[in-house]
Amino acid sequence: MASSKTMFEKIWDQHVITQEEDETLLYVDRCLIHEGSRHTFDRLEREGRTIAEPDKVFSFSDHYVPTDPKIRDAGVDAIPDEKIRGMVKLLAKNSTDSNIHFYGIDDPKQGILHVAGPELGVSIPGILLVGADSHTSTHGALGNISFGAGASEIFHIMVTQTIWQRKPKTMRITVDGELGFGVHAKDVILAIIAKIGHGGGAGHALEYAGSAFRNMTMEQRMTVSNMSIEAGGRAGLIAPDETTFEYVEGREFAPKGKQWDAAVANWKTLPSDDDAVFDTEVSLDAADIAPTVTWGTNPETAVPITAHVPSPNDAPSADKKAEIEDMLEYMELKPGMAVADIPIDKVFIGSCTNSRIEDLRAAAEVAKHGKAKIPAWIVPGSVSIKNQAEAEGLDKIFEQSGFEWRAPGCSLCTALNGDKLQPGERSASTSNRNFKGRQGRGGRTHLVSPAMAAAAAIKGTLTDVRTILRGDA
Amino acid sequence: MEAFTTLTGIAAPIDIPNVDTNQICPTEFNKVPVGDPFYPKILFHYLRFNADGTEIPEFILNKEPFRNAKIIVADRNWGGGSSRESAVYAIMSFGARAVIASSFGDIHYNNCLQNGVLPVKLKQEEVVKLRQQLHENPGAELTIDLEYQTVRGPDNHVYKFDVNPVSKRCLLNGLDAVARTQEFQSDIDSFKKKHHESAAFLDQPGAE
Repeated sequence: MASSKTMFEKIWDQHVITQEEDETLLYVDRCLIHEGSRHTFDRLEREGRTIAEPDKVFSFSDHYVPTDPKIRDAGVDAIPDEKIRGMVKLLAKNSTDSNIHFYGIDDPKQGILHVAGPELGVSIPGILLVGADSHTSTHGALGNISFGAGASEIFHIMVTQTIWQRKPKTMRITVDGELGFGVHAKDVILAIIAKIGHGGGAGHALEYAGSAFRNMTMEQRMTVSNMSIEAGGRAGLIAPDETTFEYVEGREFAPKGKQWDAAVANWKTLPSDDDAVFDTEVSLDAADIAPTVTWGTNPETAVPITAHVPSPNDAPSADKKAEIEDMLEYMELKPGMAVADIPIDKVFIGSCTNSRIEDLRAAAEVAKHGKAKIPAWIVPGSVSIKNQAEAEGLDKIFEQSGFEWRAPGCSLCTALNGDKLQPGERSASTSNRNFKGRQGRGGRTHLVSPAMAAAAAIKGTLTDVRTILRGDA
Repeated sequence: MEAFTTLTGIAAPIDIPNVDTNQICPTEFNKVPVGDPFYPKILFHYLRFNADGTEIPEFILNKEPFRNAKIIVADRNWGGGSSRESAVYAIMSFGARAVIASSFGDIHYNNCLQNGVLPVKLKQEEVVKLRQQLHENPGAELTIDLEYQTVRGPDNHVYKFDVNPVSKRCLLNGLDAVARTQEFQSDIDSFKKKHHESAAFLDQPGAE
């Protein structure tokens, strides 16, 4: 028994430098940052510290960059808001001065850190990767340990290339079977969060196992791992396999030649041993998962599109009852109404969860079935995805259907760059958080897959994408 | 980091479960530099202030005596969501040094420890009881003793809490994390050598 290990334990053990009581000092192979890392750079300067291994730090301008194509084409000085412009310029200065890898607003490799990182081969199997962003869990889809950290821990990594951690427990989430018609990776992860709860993965590293994930492409797997943090998970790993190796091979920072062969040989030893024991086991049947949407103000409120808004009276406890009442009030929803009748003001297709090429293809497939009745934005996750989508003619499909084709960045997911909902506005969004005010003060967010978001744009309400695809709508 | 030994002060009950870091520090304030005079207004900004900047008098932190709270007593799943450390700076700038809840978001929990803000995990029924007592006796003080890992309630009932030993030592002594790590520099150096030799593809981005 002692020799069987989970994938998480294998990778963890390969990064242990030393142990002090209940804390382990781990070596960090890659560190990812963005404009929000200003507090880290401020402290480096204040304390006169230098970066230990600049070659392992990758900096992306994504959270604050404009996605309006006109402003984007005009360059950084065209950003109208002085403070936002200052954040973009500050990262460029800090990154250039400290000699780390930098992908700025004008760079052809620019993109959201969790989209461009894997594209560049920065995230590969077997590594320990820490990012200055909670959705760093995304990279675990490639079979590594990746997690987000705050400014102080990123500071510590920059100065020492290490991080102290208490070892989390492990949770295996198994989904077997085939996904139904119109059901995507986003629906799977929303269904998982609904089952285990918003904090259900707290203190655990999650591993996604089962045929549903093995059959997914890398892009789909990244959508799943991305939202591990929405269940409170410390990380979200998926075992590396041929799909992973094919995705990684040939990318800029991927191993090459002899190192590639050595890497693949090592990566094949990483999957959890057959008799490895997880602290917690959860399983779902893929066939039970429908196109899914959240009705409330945390991702746990995910329900099938065919469901109705819950009533506080159905709550299992007084505590939950108060929570449902509060969410209904904020979301301005009535108990018992059909989720598919909820009117939508704006559609956002983008974010580190759902802005990859397959997401855009899925949305375009639906967009072909009609015209957008409401403002609907498509924000690709990186310049390279934007270029690829344009080469495939997806931008033309979107434009013909009345969708707006924009420049890459985090945009309306995090509402930092000026893209935001107005108070009371309601979005169908492919992003990862529906917290109060997340997309702008007073904004209301319903989380959905790209296909469901495109369907909402055509219908003007949340709607079952399957009826549109079948031509019933 | 400022040391944390004991803390006695007014405690404010926040009756909201799942307070994510976006509520503690709305995203638009992530770009505000630490030390900016606006910082004390960031904590719970959307609940404390109207869009025009005027106070929302009903919100508990805008009421006396809670404006001077040094301790927040919350519910379950405090600090989930974004990794923004600005959420911790917001708590500190308001004047609080400890948050008591029945569970915490992992990243925020660590961010608190890194800045000398003590996250205290008590049982759900204990945080509910404490909040009820604080509502009944506005301005009641709690005492947190990190050395003995105790919280003394308004009724003098003493609650025990767990904290991992290393974090406890760092907080009690106000220990700098980098200085602590640098004591292990020779271990780090020998690990790097071994790591590079066993897996250059891990150690060196784009290795050939």
